[in-house]
Amino acid sequence: MAIDNNTLVRLYRTMLTIRRFEERASKEYKKGSVPGLVHSYIGQEAVATGVCANLRKDDRIVSNHRGHGHLIAKGADIRRMMAEIYGKKSGYCKGKGGSMHIADFGIGILGANGIVAAGLPIATGAALAAHLEGKNRIAVVFFGDGACQEGEFQESLNLASIWKLPIIFACENNMYGVNTAATYAIAGGEIPRRAAAYDMPVKSVDGNDIEAVYETAKEVVTEVRAGGGPYFVEFKTYRWHGHFEADTIPDLRPVEEIEAWKKKCPIACLEQRLLKAGILTGQDIKKIDTQVMAMIEEAVTYAVESPLPAPEDALEDVYSA
Amino acid sequence: MRKIAYAQAALEALQEEFRRDDRIVHMATDIPIELREEFGEERVRATPISESVFVGAAIGLAGSGYRAIADIRMATFGFVAMDQMVNQAAKITYMFGGQARFPILIRMSIGAGMSMAAQHSISPYSMYMNIPGLKIILPATAYDVKGLLKSALRDNNPVISFEHSTLSTLIGEVPEEEYIVPLGRANIKKEGTDVTVVGLSRMVHEALAVAEEMAKQGISVEVIDPRTLVPLDRETIRNSVAKTGRLVVVDEACQTCSAASEIISLIVEDDNIFRRLKAPPRRVCGLDVPIPYSPPMERYVIPSRARISAAVRQVF
Repeated sequence: MAIDNNTLVRLYRTMLTIRRFEERASKEYKKGSVPGLVHSYIGQEAVATGVCANLRKDDRIVSNHRGHGHLIAKGADIRRMMAEIYGKKSGYCKGKGGSMHIADFGIGILGANGIVAAGLPIATGAALAAHLEGKNRIAVVFFGDGACQEGEFQESLNLASIWKLPIIFACENNMYGVNTAATYAIAGGEIPRRAAAYDMPVKSVDGNDIEAVYETAKEVVTEVRAGGGPYFVEFKTYRWHGHFEADTIPDLRPVEEIEAWKKKCPIACLEQRLLKAGILTGQDIKKIDTQVMAMIEEAVTYAVESPLPAPEDALEDVYSA
Repeated sequence: MRKIAYAQAALEALQEEFRRDDRIVHMATDIPIELREEFGEERVRATPISESVFVGAAIGLAGSGYRAIADIRMATFGFVAMDQMVNQAAKITYMFGGQARFPILIRMSIGAGMSMAAQHSISPYSMYMNIPGLKIILPATAYDVKGLLKSALRDNNPVISFEHSTLSTLIGEVPEEEYIVPLGRANIKKEGTDVTVVGLSRMVHEALAVAEEMAKQGISVEVIDPRTLVPLDRETIRNSVAKTGRLVVVDEACQTCSAASEIISLIVEDDNIFRRLKAPPRRVCGLDVPIPYSPPMERYVIPSRARISAAVRQVF
């Protein structure tokens, strides 16, 4: 293993935090404790974790509707995230955004975004800011295979390329846009070929292998930070849940396929390797899980106990002073 | 006072604010040469014809501490960037609970009158008035375009400037010294006592011409240019109509759900002013058709002085 033990344990803990957060958000959603929509990141934890572990606090990311994992991996406060999902005043957006619009500008999270591919132009602008600042910051935008058929995808890759901007296009190919298979929706089948056509380097890696994700991201981040221009990385992965937690859209994906991917759980895979290599014992694993669960519990308590916004708070924040 | 063209005044606004604030970045498919020469290609960037990405990049820049100008040229081209303007720029300050500012200036030309047909002629500002989170300016003179653009470039919100194509060569008085025109302050272009005519954009000038004609017939017309639609200076309009008891709104945009409709609503919803109305208010707007190409048809669908005069007479 090229990655040091401490880092591996850190990656494990982050992935597990995302998993437990999502399990709880899903549970609370199904119980009716939280309104709106929740798009689960379960199954894709390695991507956000491995990429963000290579970023500086002042690097900027733009996330998407399935964004909880990116936010946690970039260092967001899960109490304020949970409070936002609960629609509470103490949430990141004072209850005005909810699950799909959490942002924390203080740590470079320029927001999750509810419109597919809309984050790519914004991240391209963040990368332009990084270029103009000259502090070797970079921007990363997370999006799915579904976004690759949008015009904003094409425009952003093109502009980032001609301006040689410090941006990583992190494509999480989870094989479906809602229920529409990428194999059907993507002409030519291979997303990286499109990016290559915009004259930027591309990589495609197993998005469920945290070590591969981490190592790839490390190399790509280093290159982009050094001024190499945009980079496109496809992470092949899979979401375990349907498009969102509501049952208004049934999950039409083959059950065998879902089950097969569950066997490639990024967290279980790393756990096995950590145990096998003797980096962690079963006892250690249990301890980490207990700690993570306690954090999640604390976040839920914080959210539940926080006051709801006053109805007339709806009139604030339309404009900045 | 010196006189310069509207387009020159607009350019001066950008030049002065660029000198004042080195975090302003300009993006457009057609770069303003003077700006590029003075401030260089890093800050004055030529974009591909990709409105969505350069408007979106303006948002990303603004969210990263810069102040961005996206010049889309024609308002008709703006429609391809609607997601970034409406779903993103207008909403994200709010959706993120006010934690970040998005100082963005988007410029678009509007209007008919140059036989450019429907895909190069439109005045869609009322559509954007329906989107909370955007500010909207509608400069009608060289003086106002300079002063309003300067204000827009100091505002911490997305501001859209709708500038009528036919006004770019209009000559007007513009002082040499520094000034701004604050957003949300209407201008009483001509005081009068008998009827209030609110004109928008180029229609300010048409309303003034009609007011002059009317004066010869002994009708005293008060002409108001709101100058900004969001925020709208409701008080100045209300005070004027409270005084005259009569209102005509002249707006080149299509009549349905227009800014003119909104201005009339705010008057008739006001109990005090409603009681003082001497006649139902009237709209003089573009006809509800796409802008046609051939000059006689184009002239027909946009408000003429004859239609404005007729409407003014109707409120007596």
